Amino acid sequence: MKSFDYVRPASVADAITAASLPGSAYLAAGTNLIDLMKGGVSRPDRLVDVTRLPGLDRIEPLADGGVRIGALVRNADLAHDAAFAKTYPAVAEALLSGASAQLRNAATVGGNLLQRTRCAYFYDVAAACNRREPGSGCDARGGENRLHAVLGWSDACIATHPSDFCVPLVALNAVVEIEGKSGRREVRLEDLHRLPDQAPERETALEPGDLIVALKLPADARHFSGHARYLKVRERTSYAFAVVSAAACLNIARGKIAEVRIALGGVAAKPWRAREAEELLAGAALDAENFRRAAVAALAEAKPSGDNEFKIELARRIVVRALALAAAGKPERLPALPASPFSTQPGAFA
Amino acid sequence: MNHSISFTINGVRRDIALSDPRVTLLDLLREQLQLTGTKKGCDRGQCGACTILVNGRRINSCLALAASHDGADITTIEGVAHGHELHALQAAFIAHDALQCGFCTPGQIMSALGLISEGQAGCDAERIREGMSGNLCRCGAYAGITEAVLEVQKDLTGAEERRVA
Repeated sequence: MKSFDYVRPASVADAITAASLPGSAYLAAGTNLIDLMKGGVSRPDRLVDVTRLPGLDRIEPLADGGVRIGALVRNADLAHDAAFAKTYPAVAEALLSGASAQLRNAATVGGNLLQRTRCAYFYDVAAACNRREPGSGCDARGGENRLHAVLGWSDACIATHPSDFCVPLVALNAVVEIEGKSGRREVRLEDLHRLPDQAPERETALEPGDLIVALKLPADARHFSGHARYLKVRERTSYAFAVVSAAACLNIARGKIAEVRIALGGVAAKPWRAREAEELLAGAALDAENFRRAAVAALAEAKPSGDNEFKIELARRIVVRALALAAAGKPERLPALPASPFSTQPGAFA
Repeated sequence: MNHSISFTINGVRRDIALSDPRVTLLDLLREQLQLTGTKKGCDRGQCGACTILVNGRRINSCLALAASHDGADITTIEGVAHGHELHALQAAFIAHDALQCGFCTPGQIMSALGLISEGQAGCDAERIREGMSGNLCRCGAYAGITEAVLEVQKDLTGAEERRVA
């Protein structure tokens, strides 16, 4: 690991000043960053430790019915907060389907939003990677790419965003609160991550010094409390990233779909909101044929970026099944194997 | 840089001069404090051999910078037994053949301690397996590990029920 300076500022303002210097990176739990630094993928000159910044570790209900989650809330604490999990069951299920208990105990909400792709070529400093080393090429094209993107990719980069947490958050119109050199602003989570186009190294909408201080869910995210699930196919049942995942959130009135939100994970460089599918389902009856039509619409623009055509049909089926699970309601208690299609929880099989 | 930090490790306060901010909690324990019970497997957060309790919560010590955890209360495998009397989990691991080579065992036991105190799994074997998935065992002693954790959890649950009754 390259040597670096370590600073631990006491205020958000001091942190922003320190991190505005070139070569700086914010450090929270470090569950992704330290790993990247050990591999030589990230080589910061200065780590700005934000873990002791005051006031960023709270889950606060907002007067308008929304909720504000401090950026330093740990993944496990958010998932196990009873009120939060009851109101946003798909978010809790997504959190608990990610990583291991040890990592969830450490990892923070803000850090999770900013985790980097798990593309093996991004991690391998001997490989060409436009995301890590602009202009060097992309060894994932023509390489081992069965897990790579099927939506929103470019010739420059076919990597996917690995977060589970972000998938239901994007479905629920989450907003990121950012403090920067020019003050506080809010950015829709859907706009935080960028598609690669010709500049995959530009991964987010953040500017130098920008610090994510909180995540907000708007009041209407509560409409889906009774019918929201996250479903994730992975290559082993626990402690693995998604091959494909989907969050399905329904608001059911008089037996029909009053409102619906759908997002996919593991398919693109950002959590993928499926608005065409949502439009098809608005006002529709809860039946398998409608779910299938919506799934086809969700993947209408998909194309393989390599040896991964199977992910397109897999994603359609996961959308159908996530919708069917959401229609059935939410389990009293999350299944022993959160988000798993192999869960033995009653009602898991649609 | 010479950074002065302090920890409470297995109940004993330690003041430490940190010569390099790159030092992880794992390397600090093993290289500087000679607490070699905590193992370095992958060193990348994938195997769980380095699991310790920090402020009562299980984490991967290989991905935690020591400088960032200044002031923490740390428990390692060396702090689990009471003198020569094994902790119930240590005894259960032996009774259930929950190890072969033993390299992952300190991490497994620290993880199981964390799991039990988190209180999410209860006496459900499937929830225990899921909750222990961050600890790999290359010898494949998973069945014994699950039985050992289940036995200790059942004893605790039984004791709690008797106390309430």
